[in-house]
Amino acid sequence: MSEFNKTEMPTEIDNEVEKENFFIKIKNFFVSKVSNKKSQKNQMLEWKKDGWKAIVSLAPALLILLVFTFYPIIKTFIVSFFPSYNYQTDAFGQFGFDSYATVLQDTTFWRAMGNTALMVIVSVPLSIIIALLITVLLNSIKRLQGVYQVIFFLPYVTNGIAFGLVFATIFSPMDYGLINSLLNLVGISSVHWTGTAYTIPYWAGIFVITVYAIWNGLAFKILVFLSGLQGIDKQYYQAAQVDATPKWRVFTKITVPLLSPMILYITITSLIGAFKSYSSIVALFGEDMGNGLDETFITAVGYIYKYFNSVTSGGNAELLSVASAAALILFVFIMIITLFQMWANKRKVHY
Amino acid sequence: MEVKLINLTKVFSKKEGDVCAVDHINITIPTGKLVGLLGPSGCGKSTTLYMIAGLHRPTEGEIYFGENEVSKFPPEKRGIGLVFQNYALYPHLTVRQNIMFPLENKKMPKQEAAEKAEEYANLVGIGDLMDRKPSQLSGGQQQRVAIARALVKEPEVLLLDEPLSNLDARLRLQTREEIKRIQKETGVTTIFVTHDQEEAMSISDEIVVMNFGVVHQIGKPQDVYNEPIDMFVAKFLGTPPINIIPAHMEKDKICFFDETFKEKADIDAKDGDELSIGIRPEFVQVDEKGKYQIHVEMVEYIGRDKSIIFKFKGGEQTFKAIVPSTLEVLPDTDIRINFTRFFIFDSEGKRLI
Ligand SMILES: Nc1ncnc2c1ncn2[C@@H]1O[C@H](COP(=O)(O)OP(=O)(O)O)[C@@H](O)[C@H]1O
Ligand SMILES: [Mg+2]
Repeated sequence: MSEFNKTEMPTEIDNEVEKENFFIKIKNFFVSKVSNKKSQKNQMLEWKKDGWKAIVSLAPALLILLVFTFYPIIKTFIVSFFPSYNYQTDAFGQFGFDSYATVLQDTTFWRAMGNTALMVIVSVPLSIIIALLITVLLNSIKRLQGVYQVIFFLPYVTNGIAFGLVFATIFSPMDYGLINSLLNLVGISSVHWTGTAYTIPYWAGIFVITVYAIWNGLAFKILVFLSGLQGIDKQYYQAAQVDATPKWRVFTKITVPLLSPMILYITITSLIGAFKSYSSIVALFGEDMGNGLDETFITAVGYIYKYFNSVTSGGNAELLSVASAAALILFVFIMIITLFQMWANKRKVHY
Repeated sequence: MEVKLINLTKVFSKKEGDVCAVDHINITIPTGKLVGLLGPSGCGKSTTLYMIAGLHRPTEGEIYFGENEVSKFPPEKRGIGLVFQNYALYPHLTVRQNIMFPLENKKMPKQEAAEKAEEYANLVGIGDLMDRKPSQLSGGQQQRVAIARALVKEPEVLLLDEPLSNLDARLRLQTREEIKRIQKETGVTTIFVTHDQEEAMSISDEIVVMNFGVVHQIGKPQDVYNEPIDMFVAKFLGTPPINIIPAHMEKDKICFFDETFKEKADIDAKDGDELSIGIRPEFVQVDEKGKYQIHVEMVEYIGRDKSIIFKFKGGEQTFKAIVPSTLEVLPDTDIRINFTRFFIFDSEGKRLI
């Protein structure tokens, strides 16, 4: 229990940031679609008039972005090509691809990529499908709909630590854990689901990670889907009903296509989230992301942090280039997925 | 198939109180006929239609399709085709996919479904638009797709909810002819909802005039127009609308303004009763030896005809007459007229003569 609390912090911060950005993101996503088309001319005129005002008001934000986002990105890019870059002296040394070679030959890196891919391929689609089904069920409930909605949104407004505590209780590695108690009841011995003090079976760890990822993102996804669902004209459903459309067909042929803008939005944000997963792993399995020997549950971001940490905590100052190379490889992966999504967007999403 | 509504009633329970949208209506729609459900906005036409479709559950009453009482059946069991006011075409499907949708629900083989879709698309005249999305179609074309989608499953009953209200005036005229033709060709029993009296009159074999959830009159359009049962029906049908002249009983005489309308009225009314005289604009006949003198306020040319805005002696209210445009009438003059026909209503609006 106690080690779980200690390592819960990163998750909590993540959640807060996500919450703050949520409305802005949603608004931009949908508003941009509409306003882009309609008021381009007006915007041009306003630009000329308000150009200076805009630049002045944007300056602080731009400055912060430059210092804390663009500069590090460019620096990371450069450093990855200088294998002997020294973090303390800022000496670049010789240009070369050695860092990339190191990363690509490292079995831990491939384990990290494998774990990340598993999250991207398994937990993202699973969580979206589950969220969609729950949303449709929620929406079809006639009585007490509000009550059920509140139940599903409670986790979203709940403090991350409380959320983590509940999760820790359910998947506690001890015999009093909820799942373990149930297993013991039917005569199966306890499983080490989480924690740092035990060797956790790979399947159990992946199972817990998946459940955590699904549960953690559920409320937000349902919120987006529900608002989308309530924007769909009821007449489509009445037309389908008059034409004797089977329920499953209504879901796949009407609801899903008409929700496709929301599904796309959720897919992109969840995919990027899954690629970046790190804090939840640390919360579940400690900073070694496994039993300390082989980092069983390490993720791509975890791998980057591992090298970065080893540098900042007094290790070989030249390993920063390796961390940068790993970051760039991850960046390329995310880029490919995003481009694929944009391509799919054009083909499959109906506005 | 004959559709029969018996004491059909729908009460919506709301926080502010109950709304009786449809109040014990009785209508019989004969097999293969096109019946227009006509009434002002909010009078319960859509509610009636949705009860026939099964999307609303009646509070009371029965619905018969032929011999079968269907009011407990869900919509999918009723085998009806429904065209919504704003068409409700699936925006993500092409015209072809939209029309095939009801057939695929019935698991009809793809080939057969495609052929059927093609057949009905051609029937409504959109055979060359099959691969477009609804957003790439005009209002009139969307409307035809909606009709094709409703007809493709070959329903026994076709229901249309104000299908022309989203079209511009010209397209509306054209499309209503089209609907009439399609209905004749397929012979499907059709119920057509509209608030436009002209539309209902021109397209329907029979019209049902409703107001406040109550049926006022049912009959052939021309019969209802010629013999309205009450003042509401008389006022609702006809453009320009009927003139309603306030009148009253004086002993046995019916009088209005300074005029005497009838010396000896053979009606069920007593001295002092308020009445209304209904004169359609075309019932006014200009005649040198006419009984009434009127003052012409204004003359308007409306194509083939001429409309006269006039006042009676002793009244400030203006009325309208339609006369042939060949007739010489000048504004601001006094002329004499006769009425070729008239209706008389009592103070409740019930027709007496
Ligand atoms: N779902 C509903 N809930 C409550 N009241 C309704 C509902 N549908 C219609 N009404 C009310 O019933 C009356 C008749 O409506 P409607 O049948 O739509 O009229 P029309 O189609 O003739 O314009 C209106 O007063 C309307 O406000
Ligand atoms: Mg209506």
